[in-house]
Amino acid sequence: MANMVTVREVADQFDLEILAGEKGLSRELITSDLYRPGMELAGFFTYYPAERMQMLGRTELTFISGLTEKIRRERLRFLCSEETPCFCITRGQEPPEELVEEAGKRQIPILRSGTSTTRLSSKVTNYLEKRLAPTTTMHGVLVDIYGVGVLITGSSGIGKSETALELVKRGHRLVADDAVEIRQAEENYLVGHAPELIRYLLEIRGLGIINVMTLFGAGAVRDYKRISMVIQLEAWQENRQYDRLGLEEDRIEIINTSIPLLTIPVRPGRNLAVIVEVAAMNFRLKRMGYHAAQTFAQKLNQSLEDPEDFD
Amino acid sequence: MVEKTTTVNLKTGLHARPAALFVQKANQFSSEIFVAKGDKKVNAKSIMGIMSLAVANGAEISISAEGSDAEDAVEALVEIVSKEEL
Repeated sequence: MANMVTVREVADQFDLEILAGEKGLSRELITSDLYRPGMELAGFFTYYPAERMQMLGRTELTFISGLTEKIRRERLRFLCSEETPCFCITRGQEPPEELVEEAGKRQIPILRSGTSTTRLSSKVTNYLEKRLAPTTTMHGVLVDIYGVGVLITGSSGIGKSETALELVKRGHRLVADDAVEIRQAEENYLVGHAPELIRYLLEIRGLGIINVMTLFGAGAVRDYKRISMVIQLEAWQENRQYDRLGLEEDRIEIINTSIPLLTIPVRPGRNLAVIVEVAAMNFRLKRMGYHAAQTFAQKLNQSLEDPEDFD
Repeated sequence: MVEKTTTVNLKTGLHARPAALFVQKANQFSSEIFVAKGDKKVNAKSIMGIMSLAVANGAEISISAEGSDAEDAVEALVEIVSKEEL
């Protein structure tokens, strides 16, 4: 799924003045990169990244004003390509007449802002990165346990929501139940949040829909959380081998990001909430540098090499 | 995988009660069933998922299923949303 942002949305978001090309406000931005044409103004057009938002700051405009009229028109016309989403003039300067004419012909909007190019660029880039980030929806429950974002997955009716409820009772925070919207904020960084309509809600069979925020208070919920690990609940299968040591780490791929995965078998009598809670704690401990299973394995190795040391 | 796109004829759309019935029906099948509307895709067996889609009357949704009873599942669910009233 390809995300896109229209020029109108950017203009509204940053309160940009529209100087020309109103008809082109529905043009689409498909990349979060911005561009400050430099070489192009000097006549080099072999590698012009036209699909980006074109920023014209003091440097560019001063250079343009130093060109002869004929060359100026020619180069500015070249900047107005089929793909160019829009131009943005910064520091509240006046756009060159030729640009207004050429952009107007092709219905490319010219926007204006009072801030400097660098400041505006970083703000716009951040905004576009967020809006254009790849997203997906997953079936599961996202809970913040001791600051670790744990996505609990598993088939319907396995007890995800019940586990989440118990975790909330133990003082952890619910982010989303059943449908988790996941956005790749940056490389290897996934952020999950709840769809607006079902935010703070939890569905428990037999109880129906409950609102965790009104029942347990504002401390029991979070709006969004980075996903650090996935815990998959599955019905206990007799012939399947479950991890007994914790030496190996399984991983799961969500939008090009690989995340640690634990598979926990469900069987009557197993307190899932406690297991999930401890899994999150153990995950934290590992990140802090202590790996219980590895330390144990090392110790065992040592004692096998020098049995006497351990007498 | 079986997939079918359909228009929701339910007068109230997939309002809370119809959504509950829809999910109950979906839970009778062993297949993995998904409902997609626009760029959002959710598990058909989860009431919260279905409600988060906010499917209104006249909306176009696509129901897909994977598993041994996939065909029956899609058939049954399409039938629910294509009715005007439940």
